[in-house]
Amino acid sequence: MSGPSDPSGSPLTLELRDVAKSFGAVAALRSGTLEVRPGSIHALVGENGAGKSTLVKVIAGVHQRDAGEFRLKGEEVDFGSTSESKAAGVAVIYQEPTLFPDLSVAENIFMGRQPLGPARRIDRKRMYDGSAALFDRLGVHIDPRRPARGLSIADQQIIEIAKAISLDAALLVMDEPTAALSGVEVDRLFAVARSLRDEGRALVFISHRFEEVFALCDEVTVMRDGEYVSTDPIVDTTVDEIVARMVGREVTDLFPKTPAPVGDVVLDVEGLNRTGVFHDVSFQVRAGEIVALAGLVGAGRSEIARAVFGVDAYDAGSVRMLGRAVRPGRPRAGIEAGMAFVPEDRRQQGLVVDGTIARNVAAVIRGRLDRLGFLTTRAENRAAGPWAARLEVKTNALDMPATTMSGGNQQKVVLAKWLATEPKLLIIDEPTRGIDVGTKSEVHRLLSDLAGQGLAIVMISSELPEVLGMADRVLVVHEGRITAELDREEATAEAVMRAATGSSGITPMVGNPASASTEEVKA
Amino acid sequence: MSTSTLPTTPESQRSYRPYARPLVARLLVNREAAIIGLLVAVFAWSTVNIEAFDGPLTLYYLFLDMAPILMIALPMTLVIITGEIDLSVASIVGLSSVLVGIFHVDMGLSIPVAGLLAIAVGTLAGLLNGFLVAYVGLPSLAVTIGTLALYRGIAVGLLGDTAITDFPQKWTDLVKERIVEESSYPMVLIPIAVLIVVFALTLHFTSFGRGVYEIGLNDQAARFSGVNVERTKLFLFALTGAVSALAGIYYTLRYGSARGDNATGLELQVIAAVLLGGVSIFGGRGALHGVIAGVLLIGVISSAMRLEGETVNKINIVIGVLLVLSVISTSFLAWASGLRSARRWPWATRPRPDGTGKRSQS
Repeated sequence: MSGPSDPSGSPLTLELRDVAKSFGAVAALRSGTLEVRPGSIHALVGENGAGKSTLVKVIAGVHQRDAGEFRLKGEEVDFGSTSESKAAGVAVIYQEPTLFPDLSVAENIFMGRQPLGPARRIDRKRMYDGSAALFDRLGVHIDPRRPARGLSIADQQIIEIAKAISLDAALLVMDEPTAALSGVEVDRLFAVARSLRDEGRALVFISHRFEEVFALCDEVTVMRDGEYVSTDPIVDTTVDEIVARMVGREVTDLFPKTPAPVGDVVLDVEGLNRTGVFHDVSFQVRAGEIVALAGLVGAGRSEIARAVFGVDAYDAGSVRMLGRAVRPGRPRAGIEAGMAFVPEDRRQQGLVVDGTIARNVAAVIRGRLDRLGFLTTRAENRAAGPWAARLEVKTNALDMPATTMSGGNQQKVVLAKWLATEPKLLIIDEPTRGIDVGTKSEVHRLLSDLAGQGLAIVMISSELPEVLGMADRVLVVHEGRITAELDREEATAEAVMRAATGSSGITPMVGNPASASTEEVKA
Repeated sequence: MSTSTLPTTPESQRSYRPYARPLVARLLVNREAAIIGLLVAVFAWSTVNIEAFDGPLTLYYLFLDMAPILMIALPMTLVIITGEIDLSVASIVGLSSVLVGIFHVDMGLSIPVAGLLAIAVGTLAGLLNGFLVAYVGLPSLAVTIGTLALYRGIAVGLLGDTAITDFPQKWTDLVKERIVEESSYPMVLIPIAVLIVVFALTLHFTSFGRGVYEIGLNDQAARFSGVNVERTKLFLFALTGAVSALAGIYYTLRYGSARGDNATGLELQVIAAVLLGGVSIFGGRGALHGVIAGVLLIGVISSAMRLEGETVNKINIVIGVLLVLSVISTSFLAWASGLRSARRWPWATRPRPDGTGKRSQS
């Protein structure tokens, strides 16, 4: 691995200094600083909510910065739109590229600048040849004539990269490009990235997978809570150092589950079945207990939770709350039986992001806030305010839309909405996904407190440290079945991963907490 | 087990202001206020500048003409706020008109009985729309274009190009009668006022109404919070059918004529008025007072221009331009205030998944 090449005198390809960006009252980015040399691959790491994505959007021209300096190849720039940034030689490759599925690969690459032949007809041959030449250069084999529909995410990313090269982009930003790729595809992407670096282009690589960062990158910049923390040559640093800078605290403080007395059975799931999704799922959850559903992404954990709550139907089996059968397929029935469900996808399922905070918090309980059948905003505010306060939601006023809030703050709104129903059972799917570290530990403390007060909690989490730290019992789901039930003492990272992968021989790498969950692959 | 599950952080009792903006700003800086302001301005200008606009007949005919649009605009507002649309309303008006004629004249039923039966059929027509949209999951635009043709076809098929005109004078006079002698307010305003109160309370002051907005903003989140999305939509389409049938009875009695082609094209006038009143075609936004102002604004402009001797075509041009301007103004205002929202332009590029959105894993 070579150190960052720095041809003397050549200016930095990208230079961001103290860039700030706020949405309403929320500062998504306080002081973002990033310097990328030509001919280098620069890693940008940080917890979710650290401001990486906002920084990328400023570079891409999606957002306009409120303050700070932004220079490209030494020149001050100010992008009003994504097309301006493209014209200036910036290409951003997202985790899930957006191609036109019904157009050919070549048409996607040359979108908006198709080579023209006589009489301004599109010269398809030149387009196909040009695409083929690009793919040769990248060392990949994709037929330029085939439609984009049906291409793997990896191939779609390659097409975006080909497009960027054909535009002669000097700076490529890759935002978690490997999240959905298999091992072979990652290797191919890295080969392409290295060849681009060797051509003298600058690359910014965002990833949560440290082994990739260390395998690919020359330098690494750490961000935390919207602020720049550090930049180092990759050879001068270690995973542990970076993790410590990212979280800014001892990792062990993150999961403070305190033991609570365990009471009666609250939830009793018996033989739950949905053909092709999950099979013969039975478990009980007692008051005061946190039961984690662990397993790989796609193992069927969320689907089980959704069926228990009533968002999805099931074919066979039964769900009982405090001994009483719950009518299947109706969220209202689950709610009335004392269930609360904080879903996985906060923005699509958890809350109405364009709705006000008060209406979101009061969304489930508003049925009992009315007087003589009439519901007023005042009644909603009166009910929502104290719950928002208890969860320390950060906002100016209760009529602010949830759109502008950070992920952690939005999660607090979702939690406030469900805790307001005073449930007996809380099902929480990925409780801390996409929220900042501070809020993360607040959520963990809250869950622990709630269990201490006798709430039964079912927690689904892809973060192994969270599972091991929080759960009294771990149920491991593998391909729609519960393959292991582990007590707190038995639940080690190795035991959970072994059951989750359905294998007995593999001992997965669980070196440090922050990268443990990268073992999970999309099924 | 029934212990309370409140988190124990009583010391952190912060309190929030209920509103970010002061009362005056909230009341005056919004689309509804703009439309009401425009209505008042056009009305005042017309009163001063147009001869006979302040005469006793202007408002009277304005109300008579706008009555069916005003009625149907009420349930249509709720349907559009859920993010759906109903294009079959004018065909239900026509069907209901024909049925009233057949039930009363051919079958000898009294007007109230014939009317109730017509409303029942209108409700069924709306239920069919709602069933196909909510439970079969078809797009409402396609479904109601289909039923627009279907219901109109049945209406015309039942009567051909004949008209039934033998309605008792008592009833045809009643709808046109004034509430108070010499006033400008026809009787039909009484049922309309009742409907306005009922719809305004339902939309703005009930849990059901909150659900209507939530469905329009994010139906998945609404479902996860226990809103019965399918049943709500079914109910709204059925309600639209019922009110459209009621408008059909009024239409028949006012013109004393039951015809299959009555009220052809009315659906577009209704939708135009609803959108002019500040309701978002993408769902989730709008208020009933804006819609009422939108209907009346169209009425005032039409009668003012008619009194000036302008043709219907010119009136349509003015209303069309106004509607386009009102749609542009929303986008312009949103753009000007720097609000980026995918909702405004659902067909535009979706915002990229950011750190707080979906990620497959970390």
